[in-house]
Amino acid sequence: MDRLMNFFVSPVLKWALLVLAVVFPLISDNEYHIYVMATAFIWAIAVYGMNIITGYCGQLNLAHGGFFAIGAYVVAILTVDHGWAFWPAFIAAGLAGAIFGFLVGVVSLRLKEHYFAIFTLCVGFIIYLLLEKWEALTHGSLGIINIAPPEGFGFVDFTETVPFYYLVLAFLVLSVWLVSRLSRSLLGRTFLAIRISDDLAQSLGINLMRNKVLAFVLSTVYAASAGALYAGVVRFIGPAEADVVHTFDMITYLLVGGIGTLMGPLLGTLAITWLTQMLQSLEEYRMIIFGPMLVILVIFFPRGIVGGFLTWRGRRLANKASQQDQGGESQASTQTSGTPGADKQEAGNNA
Amino acid sequence: MLKISNLTKRFGGLAAVNNVSVEFPANQVNAIIGPNGAGKSTFFNLVAGAMPPSEGRIEYQGMDITGMAPDRIARLGVARTFQTTMLFDQSTVLDNLIVGHRLRTQSRLWDVIINSKRLRDEEKKCRSRAAEVLDFVGLSHIGHRYIADISQEERKRVAFALAMATDPELVLLDEPAGGINPEETENLADLIRKMVKHGITVCLIEHKMDMIMSLADKIMVLDHGEKIAEGTPEQIKNDPVVIEAYLGSEQDVEA
Repeated sequence: MDRLMNFFVSPVLKWALLVLAVVFPLISDNEYHIYVMATAFIWAIAVYGMNIITGYCGQLNLAHGGFFAIGAYVVAILTVDHGWAFWPAFIAAGLAGAIFGFLVGVVSLRLKEHYFAIFTLCVGFIIYLLLEKWEALTHGSLGIINIAPPEGFGFVDFTETVPFYYLVLAFLVLSVWLVSRLSRSLLGRTFLAIRISDDLAQSLGINLMRNKVLAFVLSTVYAASAGALYAGVVRFIGPAEADVVHTFDMITYLLVGGIGTLMGPLLGTLAITWLTQMLQSLEEYRMIIFGPMLVILVIFFPRGIVGGFLTWRGRRLANKASQQDQGGESQASTQTSGTPGADKQEAGNNA
Repeated sequence: MLKISNLTKRFGGLAAVNNVSVEFPANQVNAIIGPNGAGKSTFFNLVAGAMPPSEGRIEYQGMDITGMAPDRIARLGVARTFQTTMLFDQSTVLDNLIVGHRLRTQSRLWDVIINSKRLRDEEKKCRSRAAEVLDFVGLSHIGHRYIADISQEERKRVAFALAMATDPELVLLDEPAGGINPEETENLADLIRKMVKHGITVCLIEHKMDMIMSLADKIMVLDHGEKIAEGTPEQIKNDPVVIEAYLGSEQDVEA
């Protein structure tokens, strides 16, 4: 049992997952599956962004889908209407995510808790309306077709599914790596203090506005970059990308996987995406299965699958250390914080 | 240490703190007592900068801190605990304390991305400070426990430790002994004495009179937002105005 438990948090598992992701297109002969996996990865990147502001910093941002759409539209407009190549447009999308994120963040983060959530819900809807009604810029409800795919510079062709899968995988690994570094750093702990309480964070000398805006901008850059990749693979987008449904989908991924955990966003996104695929034959009736599953999950694993596991493991380790403590010297503190393996997972633990 | 002049805070027509002037000397235990709704917590919020005063002036170590943002005041060396202890339930005691020293560090997003030496050094510093304060409050043996699994008194001690991790010179404690039993209260009082012995000035709000009278060097009594008395525990015990505010006057009893 202990071995299995430790395997789940060891770096070995992460490498194993990565290897699995790399060989997935080789062992799967179904191109559609690879395509589904690639789009799931794109959504996972966006969910990682949401995890920064909502999971770590505790601010429920309901405009996240809107920022995803902004990234997609920046790429679409620049490549189709202005003849840009994909990669410059991709960088522009990230910058647009940062700029709009900063502007919205500075205003909306003056509000707290549900006021913030309601405000960002409205921001998301305004983004949707702008994309639909501002025909001169966005082509209105028709959407934009023939978006340029990412250039492979003669080496690879990203209009093919498999190369694109690897491209998205590379971005996903980069995203997870950055979040893992963030979450176990002092900056991540700062965000976490804000999540506990604004008053407490301030009493610890934390500048609320500066840190919240930073977390918000990071999350919108993630969302916009994911949106830009999405535009590059689907190559046709419409205002529906900004639909609030996407935001709530992402919240579901986050809740299922584990809000505020490192691997939760990935696990949640993949689990729900594949479940949806498997239940496709049921069409709208699949909610009959989804609904009760979500309810059970929220009741018994309020911190999602990953969060539930980490809590269980943490308790177990703590109890073990206490038992040893009673038996011998008080080496308990070195027990938990001393081993390098435990250090690696600190991120997940405190999240 | 702390000099308050004519401090007033109005909420609409109600003056929660009304024209209070008081001086709290350094390196001792200063207590603020008063019936419920007397404005004690508001007084703390004003000193810590959580809300701006309507009128008056707050001087800390000779510096005017009136209306300053709370995070800046914290960096000047004023720490506080809250009536309800706020900690992160799903993580360990030690993990909760590491962020306490964050205000003495400089690392930014860029340091995180490149994993700079500054960040690594500062994280080490925060970690060792967390271990130190945990030892100071006498909880080294439960550093690995989950916050959700420790007792109320231990939570109070962790909150103390978190305040101590900011390297404060003045600590504001809002009802530190609320909701714990008499024996634990006595232990907590010992801890507060220990803080003073280490050069920290303590200001506390408390309802438990036994604790206050044996612990405080100076007491200020608030009632309906106004200061009705200040002095040593002996003076306060025998002050007729204080007795009246707490128990009602003899006329009230006769009527």
